[in-house]
Amino acid sequence: MFKWIERNLPKIVLAPSVGLISWFVYGFVLWTLYISFTKSKILPRYEFWGVGNYIKLWNTHKWYIAIENLFIFTILFLIICTILGVILAIFLDQKIRAEGALRTIYLYPMALSFIVTGTAWKWILNPTLGIQKLMNDWGFENFTFDWLVNRDMAIYTIVIAAVWQSSGFVMAMFLAGLRSIEDEIIKAAKIDGAGLFTVYWKIIIPMMRPVFFSSFVILIHISIKSYDLIVALTAGGPGISTTMPALFMTQTAFHKSQVALSAASAIMMFMAVAAVIIPYLYSELRKENAR
Amino acid sequence: MQDSTSAKFLKLEEKSRRKNFFLRSFLYFILILFSLYFIFPLIVMILTSLKTMEEIRQGTLLTLPKTITLDYWKIAWGGRGYGAGDTFLRPYFWNSLKMVVPAVIFSTFLGAMTGYILTKWRFKGDSFVFLFLLFGCFIPYQAILLPMARTLGLLGISNSIFGLIFVHSIYGIPFTTLFFRNYYISIPNELIKAARIDGAGFFKIFFKILIPISSPIIVVTVIWQFTQIWNDFLFGATFSFGEHAPIQVALNNMVLSSTAVKEYNVDMAAAIIAGIPTLIVYVLAGKYFIRGLTSGAVKG
Repeated sequence: MFKWIERNLPKIVLAPSVGLISWFVYGFVLWTLYISFTKSKILPRYEFWGVGNYIKLWNTHKWYIAIENLFIFTILFLIICTILGVILAIFLDQKIRAEGALRTIYLYPMALSFIVTGTAWKWILNPTLGIQKLMNDWGFENFTFDWLVNRDMAIYTIVIAAVWQSSGFVMAMFLAGLRSIEDEIIKAAKIDGAGLFTVYWKIIIPMMRPVFFSSFVILIHISIKSYDLIVALTAGGPGISTTMPALFMTQTAFHKSQVALSAASAIMMFMAVAAVIIPYLYSELRKENAR
Repeated sequence: MQDSTSAKFLKLEEKSRRKNFFLRSFLYFILILFSLYFIFPLIVMILTSLKTMEEIRQGTLLTLPKTITLDYWKIAWGGRGYGAGDTFLRPYFWNSLKMVVPAVIFSTFLGAMTGYILTKWRFKGDSFVFLFLLFGCFIPYQAILLPMARTLGLLGISNSIFGLIFVHSIYGIPFTTLFFRNYYISIPNELIKAARIDGAGFFKIFFKILIPISSPIIVVTVIWQFTQIWNDFLFGATFSFGEHAPIQVALNNMVLSSTAVKEYNVDMAAAIIAGIPTLIVYVLAGKYFIRGLTSGAVKG
């Protein structure tokens, strides 16, 4: 008996972690999945009902708005963060004076919560006293900026704040990637007569493919999960114009007490994330095994 | 002949130097322009928090305060001193601290153990176990919110700091495991083998050999977990309310609570207070913060 314990000690010590994750991640997701097939309202009910909630979900106007917003937000967030991050990383990599200070400035928003970010930007984008007044004061008298209270434009204010918070992250990833490229490659290309722009466009950026891949995955993941920033910046409004899936899920569960419907929306989110993450993890693991 | 060639050379050199100068000026211009975009909100927050509402209404975002007053910081932190409806951050700041410290310690310790086993006591299927745990980094928490709310209720720890410690500890394990596993995999197995020949057991190797050389990754993990848990809003808002709320929830409530007059100065002071601990960590240990950020995405 004692010998058995000693021999299996690593597995015994590993068991709590694996057990906790099995129960609280996988078990809970399965529970949510099951509930999404029932008629649960405030309290969970366990009689199986069928896919009715999913049909209802896809017939809900608000869910459509949430999905539409998710697409708008994800595409803009991804493109702007990547372009900004890549440009800043390449520029910073040119033996810049005060690189450390600039890097610190680009990245500090990552240390702040989305609630703090949202609170700050809500004040800056405030249509009466915020950036509009500043621009008017600077001489642009006809400048108006009411996106925060404009149904059609409010979603873009979330993009502005999210880009501010997260583009430093892309910059950090690319800077790390650029630093791992050997100088010889750049030198060799320059001797062959390639200009700096060509070196970056034709050689270095293609070499950064894995970094692009990782940052895309992380950014998409951030955008599917976005919740706090919307709560702090627009609370889903004006009206329901900036609702996103994560907000839809919590509102449906905790304000409207439609537990089964919100479980269905949570499962849709889960599947979206899984569709992005599983191929990513798979390719990462293969890369590691190949090493 | 000789002369004209060298003159040509000088001219070319001059031209390239001038081109270089313009290029570098452009570089600095762009870099500084963007640093203004990133620093602007922080400056606005600080300036706003120091101004009276009168000044805020008359001036613009960037108008400097005539006299610097810390009154709004005091209100944001400690309130105005009357009863109902007087929300301020002090108690919630302590709530967050009481939540963060145990949750960080617990999840870091479990992650270190798990990483140690997955790299130094390898067994059949260990990389599957790693993948199984790793997927937990990515799940949208909405998919576990409903059963977790019920479970905390059943355990009698809903709406308590203890409940939040529990939740954060568990969902931190995948991240801490990732960090430690990637660190320990680069430590030579010979070290462990030699120790085993010398008769050191499972725990002795962990505590006497690995932990002493783990300080860099412990710092990365602790910073990552601290930032994540301090900045969390979803769990805080879902599993706690009222007096047990963490600071991000309290900040959001404070900003949303619509009393007669909106007080942007108090709001901004409160937002800075809620951000200060993570900012301090970032300024003091930025290197480790970035390392956690990038290794959370790029493994190995």
